[in-house]
Amino acid sequence: MYIYMGHMTLKDIQPYEDHFWTKNRIDLKRAHVEDIHFSDKRLQFSSGEELEFDKLILALGSKPNKFGWPGQALDGVRGLYSLQDLEYMENHSSDLKRAVIVGGGLIGVEMAEMFHSRHIPVSILVRENEYWDNVLPSEEASMVSRHIGNHGIDLRLSSKLDEILPDDNGRVRAVRVKESQEIIECGYVGLTAGVSPNVDFLKDSELEIDKGILVDNNLKTNLDSVFAIGDCAQLRSPSPGRGSIEAIWYTGRMMGEVAAYNICGKDISYDPGFWFNSAKFFDLEYQVYGSVPPGLEEGMDSFYWQDRALEKALRIVFNPETEAVIGFNLLGIRFRQEVCAKWLREKASLEDVMRNIHLALFDPEFSPAFTVQLIKAYNDRFQRKLSPGLKPVYDRVFNFLKS
Amino acid sequence: MDVKVYKSMSLSNPQPIGLDNVQKASVAVAFTGLLILFLATFNQSIVEGQLFLYLSFVLMTAGVLIFSWRSFRTKPAGINNNGILFSSLTNRGLWAWGLGVFLTGFYVSLYWFPSYLGLASGDDGNTGLIAFFDPLSQVLKSQPASQWFVYGSLYTLAILLFGIRFIWKYRHNRYHVIRTFSIMFFQLGFAFLLPEFLQKLNYPYNDMKNVWPLNYYFFDEWNIKALLSSGNLGLFMLLLGVAMIFIISPILTYLYGKRWYCSWVCGCGGLAETAGDSFRHLSDKSLKAWQIERWLIHSVLLFSFAMTAGVIFSFFHNNPDGYWLNKGSFILILAGIIIILVVAQWLYKPFKESIDKTALRIFTGFMLIVLMLSCIAYFTGSGNALFIDFYSLRSTYGFLIGAAFSGVIGVGFYPLMGNRVWCRFGCPMAAILGVQQKLFSRFRITTNGGQCISCGNCSTYCEMGIDVRSYAQKGQNIVRASCVGCGVCAAVCPRGVLRLENGSNDIFDRTRDERTVFVK
Repeated sequence: MYIYMGHMTLKDIQPYEDHFWTKNRIDLKRAHVEDIHFSDKRLQFSSGEELEFDKLILALGSKPNKFGWPGQALDGVRGLYSLQDLEYMENHSSDLKRAVIVGGGLIGVEMAEMFHSRHIPVSILVRENEYWDNVLPSEEASMVSRHIGNHGIDLRLSSKLDEILPDDNGRVRAVRVKESQEIIECGYVGLTAGVSPNVDFLKDSELEIDKGILVDNNLKTNLDSVFAIGDCAQLRSPSPGRGSIEAIWYTGRMMGEVAAYNICGKDISYDPGFWFNSAKFFDLEYQVYGSVPPGLEEGMDSFYWQDRALEKALRIVFNPETEAVIGFNLLGIRFRQEVCAKWLREKASLEDVMRNIHLALFDPEFSPAFTVQLIKAYNDRFQRKLSPGLKPVYDRVFNFLKS
Repeated sequence: MDVKVYKSMSLSNPQPIGLDNVQKASVAVAFTGLLILFLATFNQSIVEGQLFLYLSFVLMTAGVLIFSWRSFRTKPAGINNNGILFSSLTNRGLWAWGLGVFLTGFYVSLYWFPSYLGLASGDDGNTGLIAFFDPLSQVLKSQPASQWFVYGSLYTLAILLFGIRFIWKYRHNRYHVIRTFSIMFFQLGFAFLLPEFLQKLNYPYNDMKNVWPLNYYFFDEWNIKALLSSGNLGLFMLLLGVAMIFIISPILTYLYGKRWYCSWVCGCGGLAETAGDSFRHLSDKSLKAWQIERWLIHSVLLFSFAMTAGVIFSFFHNNPDGYWLNKGSFILILAGIIIILVVAQWLYKPFKESIDKTALRIFTGFMLIVLMLSCIAYFTGSGNALFIDFYSLRSTYGFLIGAAFSGVIGVGFYPLMGNRVWCRFGCPMAAILGVQQKLFSRFRITTNGGQCISCGNCSTYCEMGIDVRSYAQKGQNIVRASCVGCGVCAAVCPRGVLRLENGSNDIFDRTRDERTVFVK
């Protein structure tokens, strides 16, 4: 994304310099694995070469979902997952008059921002009524939709893809929208309707596979000495509140750590703790800590506040009986993960959280204090008389976290 | 629809999106202003008179401001780095080399060939660019302009104009807005207007925020004498200068880290943050560069410390009477400072733990040699501590570090090596503050749990070449001697991972936790 937008180069996005690998005695092998012979522990490369292993960690990643749309194999139709996808997108960007993006998720909005940065008009077809409202509650989703629209993106809500139309050369020419049957002329179609585990080439192997490679809590597959981590792994018994497949960055990092312990003979099981995530929709930052479902579930109530300019929003989900907080949703506001984690772990009450809201603030210094408005909204709704909190001073946070 | 698109990836060399017509016109306006200065430099009579001087200022101001307005104010507030690495000027292309040569040439003539700018050799009046600035100089200090006045005026103008640009670019982030106002205030008030007014009132030139060792001539005989002969105000400035070194600066650095100086007050930092902002991503992030940085900047610091000790020693040697300090008491004070520094670093556990052994040994050895040679010089009655003529060493320092490093390389190489080359590799002030920041300061950049996605924006846009990401992805706080606390890493982070913070409870444990280590 940032390479295409001219913010960074390929070198900048690589987390380690080249000497990292040799220094840590890691042989970086660039090749394409065509087949895995689990019985005699051999990898088969497309070059014909082979490599034997004692233990194997599969980190195969995902592939973009395609739902059998007519024309999905045309030239100029592709998802965005790998560097190769980025190069493909780059090569198709010259003289591009319009791009259409199918699917309103986190990759969809990034792709829109990418084209937008090159002054290429973008339309996004989104199945849902508001952007990402299968994950976000409706207020947040409509704020995100509004923000995306404000950036000049042609956002088509409640619109499904009907068909991708070719030109005479087998290239994409246009898409047809199912609901309106409208035809949108475009030179590129980005498929961003989610991802699924990239496990097709192992479907016929001894490996037990459902949607992803099935693993136990030690991230071990059904085969001895074979582990699977990241997007391609599917947990047999995920912990409560967590999915069996979570194609997000930090779970991959955590799984890597757990797998490392296990192949070294230390029995550690994977437990990612409470849910958290973050994203950025153009200039609107999003963070979530704990459980904030798109619609309130049994035993949940929520306190929601948004500022008048519709640039900030905070939602706290809590249990109306015990008043314990269950989750935080944030737009345009940064919160401190460890403080939220402690509140969630200790089942702090909403009142407690509101009184100590300054502990969670993670916006840059001198940021305008929205907490005055926030506390007022809280007082109005619950007939309380809290006064606006203290300043976000690190020593207070430190004392709170160590207490 | 009229759409322009690149052919190749940023990895190769795509063509940038063109400027709009307003921007093109504003570039033309700014260059016309610059052209007037050029014509003046070459004594073209067509631009004589103060009208043209002010016209030049107005044109440059209008050009830069209109261009910046179109670049940032007409777009939604937010991070605006689109296409930076596609642009020739900001990705070491032809424009960048051209600008580099131009700036370098300007600094070379400023420091070593001021006659090219019109400085008179004998009693004749100045000509060219320097004479062109006379009207402004007469207004401010009732004296004809010098090459330094020309330089100071243009420097201040650059900080003000590009400061406004920076404020527009980061108008959604109040930290940057306030910080940039501070830079502009200190440059305009303390570095430019106040010293000129002082000179108008026949007081010595003194930029009160310019602290030793950045201000390497502070302890020079001529400067001390000038201050001492200027009554109470001069004495105040001398005492303030000393207090800045030993009291004010350590306290502020303890409270806020070295950012209070490097990215809020300092003129060198001020130019880097404003005019140099477009080049911040060009800093080298490699481990190699960090190694060079540590050797180079601390060598400059030791060099400047020894040089200053020698200069002060020679001062007392040449002026044995008339001051309440003398050669002997100076040696005692010097010995006291050295012993405190050395003992503290070896014996005080938190310091000892955080300093590399090799660095400790080199520091100790160097300090003891300085002390020993000073003592020998004292007892043999020589005026030259270390048996070196310190005034010639002082001019070598001025030539190599003060001019060549800070000016020619420091600013001239902005478009090639980034905007903080001097601050990172050469500035002895930054080195001292850095050591304090590392050992004894409340400042750190906190990382937010496990939210880092290793995207690399923070490292890319760190002007000091710190690999911020390597800490952020481990969930480790960033406590680096070189960090100037500009706050851009936190601003460009798309996931809200970084925050600049001060806290006194855990000064010696600021870097201990690696909080995203998942299995404890």
